[in-house]
Amino acid sequence: MAKQIAITMETKIEQTLPMDKIVDKALKKTHTIEVTDAKVWYDDFMAIQGIDMVIKPNTVTAFIGPSGCGKSTFLRLFNRMNDYVDGFKMEGKIKVNGRNIYKDKIHVEELRKEIGMVFQKPNPFPKSIFENVAYGLKIQGIKDKKLIAERVEKALRQADLWEDVKDKLKKSALALSGGQQQRLCIARTLAVEPSIILMDEPTSALDPISTSKIEDLIFELKEKYTIIIVTHNMQQASRISDFTAFFYLGKLIEFDKTKKIFTNPEKQQTENYITGRFG
Amino acid sequence: MNNLKKNKIIDSSFKTLGIFFTLLGVVILIILLYNIIKVGYSRVNWEFLTSLPSRKPENAGIYTAIIGTLDLMLLTIIFAIPVGVGAGLYLEEYAHKSRLSRLLEINIANLAGVPSIIYGLLGLGIFVRFFGFGGSILAGALTMSLLILPIIIVATREAIKAVPSSLKEASFALGASKWQTLSKVVLPSSFGGILTGIILSLSRAIGETAPLIVVGAMAYVPFVPHSIFDTFSVLPMQIFTWTTRPQAGFAIAAAGAIIILLVITFVMNGIAVYFRNKWQSKLQ
Repeated sequence: MAKQIAITMETKIEQTLPMDKIVDKALKKTHTIEVTDAKVWYDDFMAIQGIDMVIKPNTVTAFIGPSGCGKSTFLRLFNRMNDYVDGFKMEGKIKVNGRNIYKDKIHVEELRKEIGMVFQKPNPFPKSIFENVAYGLKIQGIKDKKLIAERVEKALRQADLWEDVKDKLKKSALALSGGQQQRLCIARTLAVEPSIILMDEPTSALDPISTSKIEDLIFELKEKYTIIIVTHNMQQASRISDFTAFFYLGKLIEFDKTKKIFTNPEKQQTENYITGRFG
Repeated sequence: MNNLKKNKIIDSSFKTLGIFFTLLGVVILIILLYNIIKVGYSRVNWEFLTSLPSRKPENAGIYTAIIGTLDLMLLTIIFAIPVGVGAGLYLEEYAHKSRLSRLLEINIANLAGVPSIIYGLLGLGIFVRFFGFGGSILAGALTMSLLILPIIIVATREAIKAVPSSLKEASFALGASKWQTLSKVVLPSSFGGILTGIILSLSRAIGETAPLIVVGAMAYVPFVPHSIFDTFSVLPMQIFTWTTRPQAGFAIAAAGAIIILLVITFVMNGIAVYFRNKWQSKLQ
């Protein structure tokens, strides 16, 4: 079953690879992320040791590597979630849509509306399902109830959750199953209408069926969004991503098309890792 | 084998000891309550509640003391809760973890243990004399607020600390500002814990006598206070005065007043617990 899904997905990747031609630019403008010589310290510990990377719009990029290699830290640079960590220090440039998000006069709140994030463990608010999805809109000061209801429905449909919850929108989100909660968290992110979505091991706390649903979802979302996903699951990376970046000890070892990384990597280290010889 | 047996004996004897001490506390409380109710029950009626204090024990009532207690509590709530919750929020969410903030933390924890009479003297110096409020409800409420602030601050911090950081992250990641995250996610999630702290602190405040004696609460107030600058009496104060009188009738009146004080405390706690449970069931 799982194998079948994997196969259909890979064929999908083949079909949609010439991404730039398919994307309807008028539909949704997405942004390129350019990272130049990023370095991160936590107090004296250097977690990211100078990384350059360009992430193209409307692609799925997977970050892989052993625990503690800095991939999550690197991901969290893009929406400045590391700012809250004590002792965090950053050097280098990260440009989103040409603007340096650590230098130019940027409102972090504005940046995060543009770059959404889904976390490792489903973390719905202890509020109703509706309120969870509406949260991002309400904090923007949107008061129009009809508009909010529309956007909530749209987001829930996009996250493939509408049919499950349309009759119990007023019920607590905590009553949902883990997989549903995670799709709710994705819906919550989509409702804000970001252009880039960061996912930090979004399926590591889920069972295989919920995982495959989320993977299907990521596949659909690629049409409109740029997705960067951290994963410990090699198969997942190969199934859903267009590009894969392999991190090791705070360095970017290799970054290329997923197919290339998984079939014919340049570096020995990469090959050792994806074949399970270490990590 | 021998060791196993030994552990079993230790286990069961510790359990018995625990049950004994738990029962000891409850039994003593029941005996106290029974005695008070037996003595004071005859005085608890509408007339007792609505009469002014008197020199004759059979005519004496607790009207002014009840009103004084309720006024004092209301003012204390108004002063102490915003400041206490605000300070707790600041220390937990805004203050940088520096040596100064650690010093503040330790001091606040210590303040919670300072004897209440010391707060009374502080109130006397600052509110009664320096600000010239005299022995008024205002001075009393401000002193009481100081007394319970540390408890509220510590409880608020603990409650906020218990909110999972994943919820805060989720809010930030959706583009919420710090204040939006605090007011829409952190405070609602920690409301139950904060309310528990407030209940505890108010239960302490309602029974305090010593600081109010120092601040100048009256034992005999023949009128109901009309403004926050009027003199006042409170139930514990009234009870304290009556128990020092030689006439047997005042002992009965004191027992009656104790029953009323207990009822007010239980009702106040009951209301707070009701709201807390209602809030928590709404969250689930």
